[in-house]
Amino acid sequence: MIEASLAELADALAAKKVTSVELTERYLARIDRHQGALNAFVTVDRERSLAQARAADARLARGERTPLLGIPIAHKDIFCARGWLTTCASKMLANFVAPYDAHVIEQFGAAGAVILGKTNMDEFAMGSSTENSHFGPARNPWDPARVPGGSSGGSAAAVAARLAPCATGTDTGGSIRQPAGFCGISGIKPTYGLVSRYGLIAYASSLDQGGAFARGAADLALLLNAMAGFDARDSTSLERPKEDYARDLARPLAGMRIGLPREYFGAGMDADVRAAVEGALAVLRTLGATAVEVGLPNSALSVPAYYVIAPAEASSNLARFDGVRYGYRAPEYGDLADMYRKTRAQGFGTEVKRRILVGTYVLSHGYYDAYYLQAQRVRRLIAQDFVAAFGECDLLIGPTSPTVAFPVGAQVSDPVQMYLNDIYTVGPNLAGLPALSIPCGFGAGGLPVGLQVVGPYFSEARMLNLAHQFQLATDWHRRAPPGFAAQ
Amino acid sequence: MSLSSSDVLRIAQLARLEVTPAEVAAVQQDLNGILALVAQLQAVDTAGVAPMAHAQDVMLRLRADEVTEADQHRLFQAIAPQVEADLYLVPKVIE
Repeated sequence: MIEASLAELADALAAKKVTSVELTERYLARIDRHQGALNAFVTVDRERSLAQARAADARLARGERTPLLGIPIAHKDIFCARGWLTTCASKMLANFVAPYDAHVIEQFGAAGAVILGKTNMDEFAMGSSTENSHFGPARNPWDPARVPGGSSGGSAAAVAARLAPCATGTDTGGSIRQPAGFCGISGIKPTYGLVSRYGLIAYASSLDQGGAFARGAADLALLLNAMAGFDARDSTSLERPKEDYARDLARPLAGMRIGLPREYFGAGMDADVRAAVEGALAVLRTLGATAVEVGLPNSALSVPAYYVIAPAEASSNLARFDGVRYGYRAPEYGDLADMYRKTRAQGFGTEVKRRILVGTYVLSHGYYDAYYLQAQRVRRLIAQDFVAAFGECDLLIGPTSPTVAFPVGAQVSDPVQMYLNDIYTVGPNLAGLPALSIPCGFGAGGLPVGLQVVGPYFSEARMLNLAHQFQLATDWHRRAPPGFAAQ
Repeated sequence: MSLSSSDVLRIAQLARLEVTPAEVAAVQQDLNGILALVAQLQAVDTAGVAPMAHAQDVMLRLRADEVTEADQHRLFQAIAPQVEADLYLVPKVIE
């Protein structure tokens, strides 16, 4: 049961082979057993989860059949869930019980999914390793001395370790795809605007996008079906007809044109990652796809542009944390300005403060044009590169990250080194494009390698088609980390 | 260009973040490292390129100017650090 796909779980629930309460209990027991080693969760609330499972069982008993009814899901602790502690892994929100549901939480609630808990992450989603958490680093189930990636590292570790069949995440510069790659699971960041940001604690609003993790791409299609949809409360939510993201899963890949960005296959990628990605390309060719080399000439500028734009938006978004309406307030202070300064200095961690300061600087008088506007102009050049590339191919593939998961502690003291982990992932965020990562093999130390797929706007069904066909021909996504297989 | 320690303190003041004298040097080094990374943007020719503020060039929606929220101030103030008589309390600003 622990190795079943979401569709198989739904069938088992419908056939009364298992109840939602039994399934939820099984996962809660696994969380209990492995939380100490992985620190994948910030909050587990057994009674609240079981109450939702009982409600799902009642709906099942009435004959209701929807794809996620009764299925447990872990949510990144960035999504507000009414009555649940929602911390964003920050001391600033360590006592924040959300008074309302995010749109994503409402959607999964309506679908009948059961909240298993809230997962660990980099504070305010700023990081690539889940080491920037007020609650301590999460660990990679393939090697607990290594990071699970970030910022949605707790969600990725939980799904990889079979502590949850699926999970949500958010992706601002790679925060779903990079941890999916590091943990050997599948993860998708949809087109910007497809999933509502209402109730998703904001980091960089023009880049933030909700998405999902599961072991296989077919599961991601079902999750995206539940998550996506117009929401008037998010001013950038797109009004589009509902789609079935599973509609193309069975389509053959014959005739698909795959673009290989030469900048993604140049120097900088480790040899073990290259070997796995080239192996994946060979599989796709045997499935009938053809490959063409394409150029993304400005891709080297994507990390610099991102680390101007994202901090600028963060410095504005995080101005709301002032110790007045919710969250942390410093215990001792003088006047109002001193209260703000001390509250924010004590409530935010090092990386969050770093990005607020960078953002404040690039938006400040005399520097705005040189940094912020210039970064936005470069952003357009980067987006135009992708549009041009998609004139020559259907989808792009490449590595998700230049390396496999690195050791805990290896990069925390060097922010620039940490930022360069995002070299292949930030481009699609800047352009607003959908992208996913699927496991495509193992590199040094038996650690997973992720294959990134990037598509044109609204091409999620086609991207999931490629991913699913690849997963029918391979079994990388079925491999369990040693010690975490079903028992 | 690189930031001096007084630049760091000025930015911290703008950001309403306390940076103590003991922290200034480390913060200065981190920020200068990041600014060196982003400096390569300056060399890019972007003449005639419009800034891209958003992931998709769509107009933000307008909505009717109607009240859509119910009054939930008790619920929302229940999680505030300090509240009295339905008001958020802060240090006195005007003498």
